[in-house]
Amino acid sequence: MNNFVNTLRAGPDENGRFGEFGGMFVSETLMPLILELNNQYENAKTDPLFWTEMDDLLKNYVGRPSPLYFAERLTKHLQGAKIFLKRDELNHTGAHKINNVLGQILVARRMGKSRIIAETGAGQHGVATATVCARFGLKCIVFMGKTDVERQSPNVFRMRLLGAEVIPVTSGRGTLKDAMNEAMRDWVTNVHNTFYCIGTVAGPHPYPAMVRDFQSIIGREAKEQLMEAEGKLPDTIIACIGGGSNAMGLFHAFLDDHSVNIIGVEAGGMGVDDRMEHAASLTGGRPGVLHGNRTYLLQDEFGQIIEGHSISAGLDYPGIGPEHSWLHDIKRVDYVSVTDSEALDAFQLCCTQEGIIPALEPSHALAHVMKIAPNLEKDHILLLNMCGRGDKDIFTVANALGEGLDD
Amino acid sequence: MTRIENTFRTLKERKTKAFISFIMAGDPTFEKSLAIIKGLPEAGVDLIEIGIPFTDPMADGPSIQLAGQRAIASGTTLNRVLDLVSEFRKNDKKTPIILMGYFNPVMAMGVEKFLSNCKTAGVDGLIIVDLPPEEDQELCIPSVKAGLNFIRLATPTSDTKRLEKLLQNTSGFVYYVSITGITGAATPEAKSIQAQITELKGNTELPICVGFGVKTPQIAKEIAKVADGVVVGSAIVDKIAKNTSTQEILSFCKTLADATHSISSD
Ligand SMILES: Cc1ncc(COP(=O)(O)O)c(C=O)c1O
Repeated sequence: MNNFVNTLRAGPDENGRFGEFGGMFVSETLMPLILELNNQYENAKTDPLFWTEMDDLLKNYVGRPSPLYFAERLTKHLQGAKIFLKRDELNHTGAHKINNVLGQILVARRMGKSRIIAETGAGQHGVATATVCARFGLKCIVFMGKTDVERQSPNVFRMRLLGAEVIPVTSGRGTLKDAMNEAMRDWVTNVHNTFYCIGTVAGPHPYPAMVRDFQSIIGREAKEQLMEAEGKLPDTIIACIGGGSNAMGLFHAFLDDHSVNIIGVEAGGMGVDDRMEHAASLTGGRPGVLHGNRTYLLQDEFGQIIEGHSISAGLDYPGIGPEHSWLHDIKRVDYVSVTDSEALDAFQLCCTQEGIIPALEPSHALAHVMKIAPNLEKDHILLLNMCGRGDKDIFTVANALGEGLDD
Repeated sequence: MTRIENTFRTLKERKTKAFISFIMAGDPTFEKSLAIIKGLPEAGVDLIEIGIPFTDPMADGPSIQLAGQRAIASGTTLNRVLDLVSEFRKNDKKTPIILMGYFNPVMAMGVEKFLSNCKTAGVDGLIIVDLPPEEDQELCIPSVKAGLNFIRLATPTSDTKRLEKLLQNTSGFVYYVSITGITGAATPEAKSIQAQITELKGNTELPICVGFGVKTPQIAKEIAKVADGVVVGSAIVDKIAKNTSTQEILSFCKTLADATHSISSD
């Protein structure tokens, strides 16, 4: 990366590092496969046929490009910055996750893998994986923490309808991190025929780079669309962070545009303090090694991982993609956190002001917009990644608002 | 020469194979694991592997996952693991001790401090599951410099080219993982691993020990016929989980050790 002092977009280096973060921290059984994946991905990346197929599916199956939408009433309501939403919640399956899944499944097909495994938290990545596997007739197994199976039941049923097998994971607290451990264990066992489709910009190299590349279409489209609409770059771009894939997807195209202020919003849960009832790895964590990479983690002083908490099942991951850790340390991106209750307020505001039911994840980004937009000039352009829709969250929200629904 | 190298040389002179046992430090308590470890040499165990508990043991099956959880619940930090080794070393200067675990707890202590604590406590080797040769600068190279053996796992997925790379900075012995999978999973077949061991032997002078899935004296015997040593973990840990008495656990280890030692290296 040091050879490219003029760009922040050249990472990772040949060892899979973004600065000190990233790398390949996996057991030896997986190493040959990971090196092979890296080769295959490098080949695919420069193969026009790969991109022809990908572009066709993105357009006709996913529905890209997703619209860039001027949120007029929200802008009026907050009386400040001009707010645009990048509508990735309109993608097939309802979130940005499918951009990445499509890419990985095409790579898996090139590698001749017949069995696809995935981990899922909110269930969006699981649904996207089950969907694309159905589309290509591949066997699909999704690991999902038991707690998440309960709080995201509509998505569990969706995955089953799509022909996937959903395996509830009971170890740990039964959330995303535990699902990822279990997926890794399955992968080590079935390494010969199995492709692990990771749902965020984490895991061992090349996953953080590969997932980012597949998601970076979000930022490239938004940049072009905003140029067309406003004739200029945004002043601020903002996205929520679980593992960090929708955020990297939006940010990557703008990293070298130094006039653009970039904000990542982590899940603050019940507040970022010693109780550790949050999932803000950068704001409240320390560097460590988990799930194949070096990155900021929620951990105790002895290096044991802390589960974290968020009202949003897609955000309660104790780690964060290594590229974010690097962008944090070099201060290119500003990372903040938002609490459960602030996200709930934003969720409701978006419903009533814009007629859009957002997922709880981007509601976190919106909550931060609510804090900063009123203090910004009227010509300040603020671009938010509306990375998922909220159908999956209505039961959680109803519970939180004390309005139990029959589920 | 390190204690590990010494042990394998002696075994070779005695024309027999090595028996290696694994238990998790602090499972279910510091006192019980100390009592077990203290009895292992007497039971015929040649090298002792001690697990460092970690919340997210990606390469371990349910038995060792649960052992780790019990150990964490009993307050086992990396410092306590090292205390355990120090206590053991007070009366045993000969039996090699190998710590096995994941990198994050080591990172949390700091690599330099960890290595110097290991030396003081009397640790001889390290197996850190999530540090492949690609990450050798993290801990492998520093520990070799500190005079510890860094033991690597070779697996059924390691081809000749890969073997070359993973044997580079390794020492002590090579731990051959007999199956693609997690600890405690399927039982290996001696026949199917013989070819792999022959290939390994073509690439290294180091002793080759086989583990993952060895559960009974019979299997230990079969494996000892084709390898230089046998490692048993989950089967012992399962007994600890059932609250088996220290005496019974040690007798079980003795049956495994005897089975292994019944095989001559000629
Ligand atoms: C809609 C939505 N947004 C965000 C996330 C968090 O993931 P990431 O940070 O990788 O975008 C999820 C994860 O499930 C999600 O479903």
